Amino acid sequence: MMGKRSVFLLCALVVGFTFLYVPILSMVVFSFNASKLVTVWDAYNSPTLKWYVTMLANEQLLDAAKLSITIAAMNATGAVVLGTIAGLVLARFGHFRGRTFLSGITSAPLVMPEVITGLSLLLLFVTMESVLGWPAGRGITTITIAHMTFSMAYVTVIVQSRLSTFDESLEEAAMDLGAHPGKVFFVITLPIIMPAILSGWLLSFTLSWDDLVISSFVSGPGSTTLPMLIFSKVKLGVNPEVNALATVLVAIVSVGVLFAAWYMRRQERVRDRDIQMAVAANE
Amino acid sequence: MANSAAPAGPLYVRIVYWWHVLRGTRAMRYTSLLVHRLTGKPLVISIPSLWLLLFFIIPFIIVLKISFAESRIAMPPYSPLWEWVSGTMLQIKLTIANYAFLFEDALYTNAYINSLKIAGISTILCLLLGYPMAYGMARSKPSTRNILLLLVVLPFWTSFLLRVYAWIGLLKNNGVINNILISLGIIDEPIVMMQTDFAVYLGIVYSYLPFMILPLYSTLEKMDLTLLEAAADLGCRPTKAFLKITLPLSLPGIVAGCMLVFIPAVGEYVIPALLGGPDTLMIGRVLWDEFFANRDWPVASAVAIAMLLLLVVPIMIFQYTQGREMRAHK
Repeated sequence: MMGKRSVFLLCALVVGFTFLYVPILSMVVFSFNASKLVTVWDAYNSPTLKWYVTMLANEQLLDAAKLSITIAAMNATGAVVLGTIAGLVLARFGHFRGRTFLSGITSAPLVMPEVITGLSLLLLFVTMESVLGWPAGRGITTITIAHMTFSMAYVTVIVQSRLSTFDESLEEAAMDLGAHPGKVFFVITLPIIMPAILSGWLLSFTLSWDDLVISSFVSGPGSTTLPMLIFSKVKLGVNPEVNALATVLVAIVSVGVLFAAWYMRRQERVRDRDIQMAVAANE
Repeated sequence: MANSAAPAGPLYVRIVYWWHVLRGTRAMRYTSLLVHRLTGKPLVISIPSLWLLLFFIIPFIIVLKISFAESRIAMPPYSPLWEWVSGTMLQIKLTIANYAFLFEDALYTNAYINSLKIAGISTILCLLLGYPMAYGMARSKPSTRNILLLLVVLPFWTSFLLRVYAWIGLLKNNGVINNILISLGIIDEPIVMMQTDFAVYLGIVYSYLPFMILPLYSTLEKMDLTLLEAAADLGCRPTKAFLKITLPLSLPGIVAGCMLVFIPAVGEYVIPALLGGPDTLMIGRVLWDEFFANRDWPVASAVAIAMLLLLVVPIMIFQYTQGREMRAHK
């Protein structure tokens, strides 16, 4: 009976991961295809790097990529600040008036359909412009604000769950020794939640870098982000340049994620060894 | 002579003296306490609260407001709800024509029903595929477990848009799947898969699968395995043990995963736009077209409000499970 179950689970894993990875791998393979038809393999001239060359010569694409990186970095930094504060408030401030409200509105953007968020933020910006005169027109600023609003929800969840896995005794000890609450935060709390803040920053960066729907609503003329450009190309069908771009992005992300995983594992090993040595020294 | 306590001397010495005297008074102590109270916790709480109030709550109020306005050709393309008529009389004009329009035109009702159907079926498919995967991951060796977890998270970090795009290359008439099937001699004519509901289901299940696996995995991994051993010792068959122990214990993960898939899938735009055909009606796509193609902001707002009303209950369920999860951590 156990045997049957293991076979079933193994099959599920194999089928599931094949399903997850075949589309990505096919995109990578066909980016080296010389044929303009993309999915019909041209055996004579392939593999080729020509789509990578045309991609790198595409000014429009590079400009869009630069704009997307700028917005993503600003968004991630802002979202980390707001999300850390919100996570800290929810995890450490106990019960205060409006707590339910705050925890409700920090988790709602996680599941809110993007078309609703995009439309509502656009209408807000239009109204603000006619009433306050700010923001004048739509572009980088409005896209960044919109991205920060949904990214901070993710950072809040990450920081809050990190804070709830370690108890308050360290912070309380520092307070008892007379440290100011602000100092406790910067000297004790911040270093402990640093891994959460870093992963929150990276996640916010990716969310913004990836966003098509919300950006389309709140962008203005002259602020075309990379996903918006890709979408306009892809609507017309498969495009060999997009395959090349996808391959580059997949490579960067894979290297990044693998490096992060390796680094975290090493940190863990170092910590385990330190604990063992401390235990040995005590005996 | 009488006021001997006050020091004579340069002005600054007298200022410092009176400052100290003043600081000792009760009024001043209360003032400084008040300043401290206001700049301490309330200030910290107010920063994220005000941000979300301004950029998350108020926008919905504006959407609600504009859904009662009339469309017109101008910028912004909707009529004001209130106007001062001849300077003294406030005229308020609300119209429910936009909502009436949603009910009259079968397009919108069909789009809502179809979105709920597609999102619902995709959620069930995600669960059927994701549950065995999460279970298999949670029961494998710790070292394998970490690698598998990494493999689930990796597609999540790569672009959503590009992952949907990848399916076009696989599914189209001269795409990879049809080419392989034809070259193997299984079929003679390509199977039409692009621009069908099938492609939309596939796209949604594919894109949202990690959102289903991760919460399921985290509940299954935390599970106390001695419960299953106890059940086996008492003569319980594995299938029954699964139904009586594992399934109920993983229920929070199931609910969270289903909500994380279902709610965004109802409003999905990119997947039906890229993989679906012209008759694949989904409400997110209708809203997008109403806004970008027809430039009818009031109707788009009414569509958004109606969608939000449909999703209120699932969102509440999601928030409830999130809140319980956070409390369980403590």
